[in-house]
Amino acid sequence: MRWLRDNFFGGWASGVFTVVLILLLWKTLPPFIDWAFLDAIWKPDPKACRAAEGACWGFIAEKHRFILFGTYPYELHWRPAIATVLLIGLWVFSAFRRFWRWWLASVWLLGLTAIGVLMWGGVFGMRYVENERWGGMILTLLLTTFGLAFAFPLSILLALGRRSDMPVIRALCIGYIELIRGVPLISLLFMASVMLPLFLPSGVSIDKLLRAQIAMILFAAAYLAEVVRGGLQAIPRGQYDAAHALALPYWRRTCLIILPQALRISVPPLVNTFIAFFKDTSLVLIIGLFDLLSTIKVSIQDRAWTGFGVEAYLFASLVYFAFCTAMSRYSRSFEHR
Amino acid sequence: MIEMIKVSKWFAAFQALKEVDLAVGRGEKVVVCGPSGSGKSTLIRLVNRLEAHQEGRVIVDGVELTDDPRTIDTVRREVGMVFQSFNLFPHLTVLENLTLAPVWVKHVPRKEAEETARELLARVRIPEQADKYPSQLSGGQQQRVAIARALCMRPKLMLFDEPTSALDPEMIKEVLDVMVELAREGMTMMVVTHEMGFAKTVADRVVFMDGGRVVEAAPPAEFFGAPKTDRARLFLSQVLGH
Repeated sequence: MRWLRDNFFGGWASGVFTVVLILLLWKTLPPFIDWAFLDAIWKPDPKACRAAEGACWGFIAEKHRFILFGTYPYELHWRPAIATVLLIGLWVFSAFRRFWRWWLASVWLLGLTAIGVLMWGGVFGMRYVENERWGGMILTLLLTTFGLAFAFPLSILLALGRRSDMPVIRALCIGYIELIRGVPLISLLFMASVMLPLFLPSGVSIDKLLRAQIAMILFAAAYLAEVVRGGLQAIPRGQYDAAHALALPYWRRTCLIILPQALRISVPPLVNTFIAFFKDTSLVLIIGLFDLLSTIKVSIQDRAWTGFGVEAYLFASLVYFAFCTAMSRYSRSFEHR
Repeated sequence: MIEMIKVSKWFAAFQALKEVDLAVGRGEKVVVCGPSGSGKSTLIRLVNRLEAHQEGRVIVDGVELTDDPRTIDTVRREVGMVFQSFNLFPHLTVLENLTLAPVWVKHVPRKEAEETARELLARVRIPEQADKYPSQLSGGQQQRVAIARALCMRPKLMLFDEPTSALDPEMIKEVLDVMVELAREGMTMMVVTHEMGFAKTVADRVVFMDGGRVVEAAPPAEFFGAPKTDRARLFLSQVLGH
């Protein structure tokens, strides 16, 4: 009782707030539970869904293969399924500090090779699948993984370049960062998919997925660079003095003294940007790649199943939420060290 | 060891040093003192080029400091420095702080560097703290680690920039003791400090600065006994008065 009073009715403002909140929950929660569970239809039957009051989870059940794997050949779905599990496994494995050894890089190399083999096929009697047909969850995860893997080192170089003593390098880095930050990701993706092929000599073609990936890397690098720069600026001058006094040359000073501290400070905003980037991968929809969100959008255009967008998007939100929460929880455990 | 000839230094429009002449011989211990803003920190930071002078010449152990990074590098390898705010690397353990430069600059094998580091930690009387992080140590211990870190590079010359100013009074002595010991072993030292007791015991010469100029330079007995200028007399009465 006492706990209740202290925490929920501590003052008149707190009391009013509690009452309003309870009323709000009273009005919204029971109907939601009715809709989502009690009246919901779990069978993949469009007629029953239309007749019912509640949510139509049958729609997700019916479409889950397409949502998760996109236009990948139906009978070969086990390949992206294993690849997805493998990629998530690699991330989880890398989250443990005790595995932060040099060999972790080889584990990744091995894992990514396996994923590449699974997705493309063409060896070991597996049918070749061109990457135009990759889609769904694995596409989202791959775009994020490769996007961050290349954008993050690039962003560090950009941030260092922006603070360089050499005016040309500094100007180039500032120019790049400001240019990319001034343009929406959508227009970068359009440029990559529509304009870039016009500039390439005839005969040379880079596939759509790679172009989108490059555009996303360039975009993410500019944002991450500013986050890293924030961390660099927080390093006290004394650290530079001490490193100079010990005659440490530029790259050793940067890699051994400055970056380890700067990146640690930057963990919260870095993760923030990572999460934003993870969700931004859904924009590849507009150039015709089927990531997780795109496959959902296509699913609800099915004639038999129109009108179940809420369920579909709720499902997508849950998936994205699960990944983003995992990232932020992990980063929090990291900050407390 | 150090030779400064008509050295001037500006920070934008403000002239921090005005045609300073100063020579420090091998094995000599020079204490630099003066009111705040007198340019003493700037002076000592010129010696290993943490600040660049604009006029005059600075020659350290026969190498003239210029914009050429090679001269700067050569000098920094010979000169150790201890700062007011310790400036230990907080993300590394004490031992890692000490071995970093020998391993990465002088390419000493890690094992050998660690042996040297442990010897030096024993010399500054904190052998048991090797595996702790700087934030786990007291200010006095941190500053002694900083001294050991500078010594790990086997410098010919040690610079101390107000090494005890950030310390609680009870920790000043433990740092000064280490410095006195170092002086007895024959290290060439240039020390910016307000610790006049240290100057009296250790210094061969006291340099008094004011307004970016060297106003007086004399052996401690002479400087403390009969300061020549009013400015030095006033300063001494303020520093020693309490």
